[in-house]
Amino acid sequence: MSRESALVSADWVEEHKSDPGVVLIEVDEDVSAYDAGHIAGAIKLDWKEDLQDHVRRDFVNKEQFEALLSDRGVASDDTVVLYGGNNNWFAAYAYWYFKLYGHGDVKLLDGGRKRWELDSRELTDEVVKREATQYTAQEPDLNIRAFRDEVGEAIGVKNLVDVRSPDEYAGRLLAPAHLPQEQAQRAGHIPTAANIPWSKAANDDGTFRPDDDLKQLYADAGVDFGKDTIAYCRIGERSAHTWFVLHEILGQANVKNYDGSWTEWGSLVGVPVALGDEPGKA
Amino acid sequence: MCGAKQGGLDLKGVDIDKEAVIQGQVLRGDEPVGGAYVRLLDSTGEFTAEVPTSATGHFRFFAAPGSWTLRTLAPKAEPVDRQVVAQYGEVAEVAVSV
Repeated sequence: MSRESALVSADWVEEHKSDPGVVLIEVDEDVSAYDAGHIAGAIKLDWKEDLQDHVRRDFVNKEQFEALLSDRGVASDDTVVLYGGNNNWFAAYAYWYFKLYGHGDVKLLDGGRKRWELDSRELTDEVVKREATQYTAQEPDLNIRAFRDEVGEAIGVKNLVDVRSPDEYAGRLLAPAHLPQEQAQRAGHIPTAANIPWSKAANDDGTFRPDDDLKQLYADAGVDFGKDTIAYCRIGERSAHTWFVLHEILGQANVKNYDGSWTEWGSLVGVPVALGDEPGKA
Repeated sequence: MCGAKQGGLDLKGVDIDKEAVIQGQVLRGDEPVGGAYVRLLDSTGEFTAEVPTSATGHFRFFAAPGSWTLRTLAPKAEPVDRQVVAQYGEVAEVAVSV
């Protein structure tokens, strides 16, 4: 993968949004953003209602994913262009999801909703309804998804990248600062994880920084590009953003997103936790 | 949940003794600016959080006690930085002009 194949610009979207075989999808945590105004022709996915199992803590499975996309009118051979609020966190999470289920052609709109809005580009509240399809997904590609046991074994061995804010990493906060504090039983980070906040990979307007800056960012923080990498955050959406940077823009092999992330690790009994601003020892 | 919530001034359900709340309104002249983006940067300038403003231009953060910078991005405006100090038991109110 590369920046050219994984990212599209707002100008590209303006030009191609009505092309047959191109499906724009807005993915937000707060879907009222879509309802108030979205890019013309875009459908919406709710990262929680649509993409999470409603009983267990897990994704929708292959059959649920197929049923969802069939119902929304997305075909297996469509070019799917994802964008959203929160600097594309949830859009990147959905991108990772589409890749996990083997969708061939999927792209992210650079800068997401924010850059689009700051450019004063057009949004519409018109209802979009696409003809139902017969979507076929592939078996989940677990080469891009990490589970807790593998994360434990990666301590001191693989690159662990904690993409939360420095205060969450150090254990001074349990959640992002725009939300009431809640969730994991313990604060801190997985020992040996480097703290490279997702935000360092993006400009203020939500677009991704140039490749050379990105490589420098991770190298300076101690990421060894010769090793496998696991990224995590609190619930796996900010780390999907970093997974996108490492795997899709920079083309690194063997990068996984640990979607259990801190809400799982910080609540497990008996696992090692490091506090403070340093990575800590294995 | 890990996403942005629209801001507002209603403190119902918020225990301000346990939260260091920073909130306010983005204005252009006397007009509220909805759909602006307010970023919360920590004392080292590191990004901590971001919310879009509500239709009435309001925003809110649950921060930690300490010094913060609010950086506001709005269409057709240069970014505006404002310094603010947050503490438990008090709501820091900030008006931002773009």
